[in-house]
Amino acid sequence: MLHDAVLVAGKDLRIEARSRVALWQVVPFAILVLVLLAFAIGPDQASLRHAAPGIFWVALLFSTVLAIQRSVAVESGEGTRDGLRLSGIDPAGIFLGKAAAIGLQLLALQLILWAGVTFLFDVRVHVIWLAVVACLLATVGLACAGVLYGALSAGLRVRDTLLPLLVLPVLAPVLLAGSKVWQAALDNNVSSGTQWLKILIPFAVVYLVVGIVLYGPLQEAA
Amino acid sequence: MSASMSTSGAVRTPWRPRWLAVVGIGAVVTTALTVWLGLWVTPPDEVQGNLARLLYIHPAVATVALYWAGGVALLGSLLYLWPRTRSFFWDRLAASAVEVGAVFSALTLVTGSLWGRPVWGVWWTWDARLTSTALLLLLELGYLALRRVPADAHIRAKRCAVAAILIAIDVPIVHFSVDWWNTLHQSGTILDPGFNLHVHGSMLWTMLLSFVAFTLIFVWLLAMRYRIEVLQDAVGDQELEVSLSERWNEDAELVGVGGGSGAPGEDDGGGS
Repeated sequence: MLHDAVLVAGKDLRIEARSRVALWQVVPFAILVLVLLAFAIGPDQASLRHAAPGIFWVALLFSTVLAIQRSVAVESGEGTRDGLRLSGIDPAGIFLGKAAAIGLQLLALQLILWAGVTFLFDVRVHVIWLAVVACLLATVGLACAGVLYGALSAGLRVRDTLLPLLVLPVLAPVLLAGSKVWQAALDNNVSSGTQWLKILIPFAVVYLVVGIVLYGPLQEAA
Repeated sequence: MSASMSTSGAVRTPWRPRWLAVVGIGAVVTTALTVWLGLWVTPPDEVQGNLARLLYIHPAVATVALYWAGGVALLGSLLYLWPRTRSFFWDRLAASAVEVGAVFSALTLVTGSLWGRPVWGVWWTWDARLTSTALLLLLELGYLALRRVPADAHIRAKRCAVAAILIAIDVPIVHFSVDWWNTLHQSGTILDPGFNLHVHGSMLWTMLLSFVAFTLIFVWLLAMRYRIEVLQDAVGDQELEVSLSERWNEDAELVGVGGGSGAPGEDDGGGS
């Protein structure tokens, strides 16, 4: 299963490296969300600093939807999904591989967003390990839930409009917990931050396990 | 359980058990009793006055939305996905439960909001319960949008079953996160919906009766929605068959006019 996962992740990442859609579309979109939300809040530095964790996570969530759509689009070519099914690769391996590919792209995106909020909003993360752990846990949860919902909407003509409606309410706990951990990391409040990690941990674990179990039936239904 | 078509092509009246009429009558009677007791017999609350009468609607509606509808949707979806129990009955039941559940979730929000306006001074507040119910409604709307996407019946059923299970998994996480989000930074007691009344006497009995009334309404609506699902599928099949037979007849006529052998008509005869 892990070998299959590495193969699928490698395939997806190679496609991304060659097409550079993530680099030229998803990254600029994430930065655009940062700038637009800053416009909405206003130029007051204190307000922006206060809102920075929320802006970071909203930008990440919206960009995650784009990354999921891209991951589904890669498999939407003529007979591509059938080819993947016929290859004999374990569905759990496909799930893990696709989640790993999205996860790695999201991690890179978070580094860029982190630099963005530091530069644009002048925020300084005091408890770096807390923010990093939140990002890592959220990445697992976002990638796993994203691949599952991507598979759910795969093959549908209306998937581009349906996917955000399906996935964004599901990802709401990540937005809440991630923003709170980041706020705690900015305020040097470790105890509050670790408490919020208790939401991110089950979210990541549950969607990882459920994805391994349910990806097979979902693939049949795609 | 499924609808079937007669040889003439008309849809037979599907599944309508006698107990459904009993449930319907029971729902009307208990609702009427709840209204009578809630508006005329029970006294106004010492603190909240007549506002406390929403106690006879809101908790019962919320219970139906979250537990009854959610439970049936999850059970139906799991039983559809389980190969031994796979049947469209479970798929239709789950879909009906989500749709009825969405109506009850919306009603929960509306009744909560009606109560909140005079008590809190605002129609909406980011109270944990309100927020998690709003997210539940959005999740249900997502499921219903997925349900309406045209697809092969088996594929649609499998897709929707997985979606319902994912929603069921997400609901407790949403609930806890929203609860923490609110209570960690605001005083929960100020924004508590305030249904921690010391309920007793006629108020208690009326409240219990409201649970029975809304549960019966839920069962009746669920059964009727299930029946509509069956009819919709039957009508869809019938429309296809009628269209196909019309098309085949057209072909047969053309072949007849052209002086053909009529072979296509023979081939197609079995399907009309």
